[in-house]
Amino acid sequence: MQLNCPLVNQVLQSFIRDELSKAGFHRVVVGLSGGIDSAVSCFLAARALGPENVLAVMMPYRTSSPESLFDARAVVEALGVQSEIVEITSIVDGYFEAQLRANSLRRGNAMARARMIVLFDKSMEFNALVLGTSNKTELLLGYGTLFGDMASSINPIGDLYKADIFKLARYLQVPQSILDKKPTADLWAGQSDEDELGFTYAEVDELLHELIDRRVSRRELLEKGFKKDFVQLVVNRIRGSQFKRCGPVVCKLSPRSVSHDFHYLRDWGM
Amino acid sequence: MTGKFTVALAQVSPKLGLLKENLQLHLDTIRRAKSEGADLVVFPELSLTGYILQDLVPDVAIDPLNSPSLRQLLQGCRDIACVFGFVEISDRYNYYNAAAYVAEARIQHVHRKLYLPTYGMFDEMRFFAMGEKLRTVRTPFGPLGMLICEDLWHPSTLYLHVQDGARVVVTLSSSPGRGVRTHEGFQTSQGWETLLKALSQFYTVYNLYANRAGIEDGAYFPGGSMVVGPVGEVIARSQTSGEDLVLAELDLDEIRRARLFTPVLRDERLDLTLRELTRIVRQRSQS
Repeated sequence: MQLNCPLVNQVLQSFIRDELSKAGFHRVVVGLSGGIDSAVSCFLAARALGPENVLAVMMPYRTSSPESLFDARAVVEALGVQSEIVEITSIVDGYFEAQLRANSLRRGNAMARARMIVLFDKSMEFNALVLGTSNKTELLLGYGTLFGDMASSINPIGDLYKADIFKLARYLQVPQSILDKKPTADLWAGQSDEDELGFTYAEVDELLHELIDRRVSRRELLEKGFKKDFVQLVVNRIRGSQFKRCGPVVCKLSPRSVSHDFHYLRDWGM
Repeated sequence: MTGKFTVALAQVSPKLGLLKENLQLHLDTIRRAKSEGADLVVFPELSLTGYILQDLVPDVAIDPLNSPSLRQLLQGCRDIACVFGFVEISDRYNYYNAAAYVAEARIQHVHRKLYLPTYGMFDEMRFFAMGEKLRTVRTPFGPLGMLICEDLWHPSTLYLHVQDGARVVVTLSSSPGRGVRTHEGFQTSQGWETLLKALSQFYTVYNLYANRAGIEDGAYFPGGSMVVGPVGEVIARSQTSGEDLVLAELDLDEIRRARLFTPVLRDERLDLTLRELTRIVRQRSQS
């Protein structure tokens, strides 16, 4: 699965500039985790808008790995973007003080949503839009928190698989330490995307490319050597997470209803 | 006019649903094309309105023969010919994805898009009615054929235009770029180039392709406007995916020569095609 990185880089920079300027903005806020996805989004924005128009916000929780902050800082230094550290520990722990039975999933979701609150607030302060950092693999598998890390105003990397993100990151010269480390949501110590998902990005990206982009049938997938259980697992994940890729369901009552038959682009009149 | 003339492809980025702003864009571009010596300027598909209109279609529709908002545009075309894209409302209240040929400050011809893509990211048949006619228009450049985007992907349209005498065919397009896994640019852009080159060569005509620039809700229009000559050679092309004005000089003698060396058009057997088509249509209706 090759990728035309110069073309993608040029298109995504135009995308960021165009969609922002049409909406009357020229700046973005991006949450920088120390991972490869947010690093790539940040690199694209800095190149598209100039580093002075990018605010990278680092939002560690008390259990976040110090390495993450270190890698996020490396991105800030490499690009010269504006930056700020906002600890989310007090926001999250303040809420969970009275929620004693919360498990790590609830806590993880709350961290992702606390970061969303910070980013959208900072976007008001910085007169900017929030830049998305969810890749196509995550979006299809529903491996993200609804209204948390999945929330943004424009997302330049949403049609790139994780494997593509790695290629583009190398092309953009994202710091080596970020390219080398294992992908993690870093919601608790030692968390790893691939352990949690139960398969590698390399495996699933190849399958998703066949299944989604090329619309290859189940029979052909088996002939190509994909394991039946693996295909079923991934198909179930996609189906089970469709709600994360849709807006809230509205019950239709009138002849013309929002989310049913009120068809306008967001760029309407821009 | 001699057999030589200059064309300009206006690779513009219209604003979605803003007629007034887009009219100004047309006036400015026509003025510029004129100052560059163009005899004909070609805009992209739905250049007056933007492309992914959906429910905006009735709001931006105009009756081309009775539209005060077009008056200024027509006045701007006294000494230059122009092809632009718009939404037409008919007297039956049908809405068409249409293109107008303007010369001597008058609309001389309107082409209604024949093939409305309704698959993948496209949903045109939901919002537009299908055109039913294919006619060339008489111009100082000889009979001119007009097509809109998907029309060209049905080579029968070009076949008919050429058999009807067209020497120059313009295709107005709003084709978003898709496919970034090869080294040669968007897969869709390569598709257009292959198609234009092959069709120009098959039919020994000039193909003028005006595709738009800009973005609508993340759909990226990569331009790639080009002029392809009658032996399939690219005569001029946009060097950018952004806004551009592509100029080219066309020479009808090139067509004469192309048809001398490769007289496929002369040898085309319309009666044979018609006979076999009639048989196929009859058999299909019986099966």
